Amino acid sequence: MGLVSFLKSRLVSTEQEKHIHHMQKLIGTLGYDPWGYNNETARYGLSLAKPIYEKYFRVEASGVDNIPAEGPVLIVGNHSGQLPIDGLLVGYALASREKSPRFPRAMIERFFPTVPWLGNLLNEVGGTLGDPVNCARMLANNEAIIVFPEGVRGSGKLYRDRYKLQRFGTGFMHLAMKYNAAIVPVGVVGCEESIPAIANIKPLAKLLGLPYVPVALPVVLPSKVHLNFGSPMYFTGTDTSETRIEEQTEEVKAEINRLIAKGLQERESVF
Amino acid sequence: MTEQQTKQHKPCILVTGAAGTLARQVIQRLQDSCNLVAVDSREPADLGDTIPSYCIDFNQRSFEDLFRRYHFDGVIHLGRIRSSQLTRLRRYNANVLGTQKLLDLSHKYGIRRVVVLSTYHVYGAMAYNPALINESTAMKSAGLSSDLVDSVELENLANIYQWRYPELNICILRPCNIVGPGVRNTMSTLLASHRSPVLAGFSPMMQFIHVDDMADAVVLAYKKPVCGVFNVAPEDWVSYQHALALSGCARVPVPSIPPVLPRVILRTLRLKRFPAYLIAFFKYPVVIDGRTFAREFNFTPRRPLKEIFRFYKDNKTPV
Repeated sequence: MGLVSFLKSRLVSTEQEKHIHHMQKLIGTLGYDPWGYNNETARYGLSLAKPIYEKYFRVEASGVDNIPAEGPVLIVGNHSGQLPIDGLLVGYALASREKSPRFPRAMIERFFPTVPWLGNLLNEVGGTLGDPVNCARMLANNEAIIVFPEGVRGSGKLYRDRYKLQRFGTGFMHLAMKYNAAIVPVGVVGCEESIPAIANIKPLAKLLGLPYVPVALPVVLPSKVHLNFGSPMYFTGTDTSETRIEEQTEEVKAEINRLIAKGLQERESVF
Repeated sequence: MTEQQTKQHKPCILVTGAAGTLARQVIQRLQDSCNLVAVDSREPADLGDTIPSYCIDFNQRSFEDLFRRYHFDGVIHLGRIRSSQLTRLRRYNANVLGTQKLLDLSHKYGIRRVVVLSTYHVYGAMAYNPALINESTAMKSAGLSSDLVDSVELENLANIYQWRYPELNICILRPCNIVGPGVRNTMSTLLASHRSPVLAGFSPMMQFIHVDDMADAVVLAYKKPVCGVFNVAPEDWVSYQHALALSGCARVPVPSIPPVLPRVILRTLRLKRFPAYLIAFFKYPVVIDGRTFAREFNFTPRRPLKEIFRFYKDNKTPV
């Protein structure tokens, strides 16, 4: 056994291997899917995420079994913390659940594919360019997809605005209705405190072509994270007016707000 | 019925790009059931004594003599000059004006089926491309690189002729990377090399189709008179750097940031097998959806990716 094979075998235990085996995805002969997901990388990604989830952020997840075991699902949550750590934790919660684990996809900012190494890495562990066409085709493939309708408005907000939901895009609602996908709301509490930012250097962000450049400590703080998953919400109807779509989006937003409040109430301390 | 009469009942097909490996494969598949005439504007194709072969520019007047002499029933136009060949102007003359001449003559001489080989490059490579691009997606490459304008123009021409002269029954095929023994395009050359350049930090998803499978696809498209534009790609994907590794190529990273740097480097080096205008295709994925073609023409590629890359690994000599 070579050194690389030895390290790989140490990284992914037999138990994890079995667990991952249950989450078969539609992939090609070399382990890739059209969006760049790679079975092998995803295995190691999950193994590396385990200590981050369990030891570093000591995540407490409730209601993760509300996510349907099959069929198209949009897991819609509040975005926070400058880096997409919330997406990682929500994804791991679903992938590691005992009953019917699923390997979810995450819609990532349009900026990531332009970043060397990181863009490919995110693709290989399930991240996909946040494009409605991608989302639609994945829902047609019965995938579970993590969506943060606030986008960079949510992840890039300052610490003083923590847990204040920003404007939601309505794209996810259109897609959920078109593909009869369940919407599972999730309230994420704790990620706001992982990288608290006090300011955004907008001119520098513009210069570098980045969505934001936060003034923050150059470390990710080990805040305790609570994930509260709500019951699946279903919205049906064809030819629905944009006003109605916005009302339905507000319903989802209100549910996420409720789940955030629940998480804040449950939290005994930030760390 | 005499043998002579049987031969006369066979359809007569003009195959362009005859010196290429794909055309040879197509000819091999059709030669028993059809009378074939092979043409290539770049170099003469040696196809034996049974198939008449011509090296002729489509824009020359004598090209029409072939239509007068052979009374073609169909045209399989595989003779698109690749972006790595000739100058931009000569390529435009061959691909756009040459194709226009070919389609004009096809209309004039009552051709009933035309298959045109295009490329997935017409979609253009950019960071915002979704995966599984279907045929109705805009062809953005003309706006991204002037070296790909002729490929888009060729398709536009074919589309215009299809609407103006529906009796031509034009079918346009947009295949992914065609690779395999004898193929001399950019991707095949890269896979066949001992060392191939990559953009540091970028390994886009790619699709590859074996030249034998592509030849099957062209023959299927010719035989079923369905008009339209079709992507041709297997439902299998691999990242560029992984494909190189499986083909036994050492990867030579080219600095990728700032974005202007690789462009300057490649323009200075003028590498034919890693041209500057295709740089975006080695950075961002252009994953096409070939399911419509597969359904419509009952097409299933037979050669898996592993077999394709094993060939390149075992044959590390220029193809």
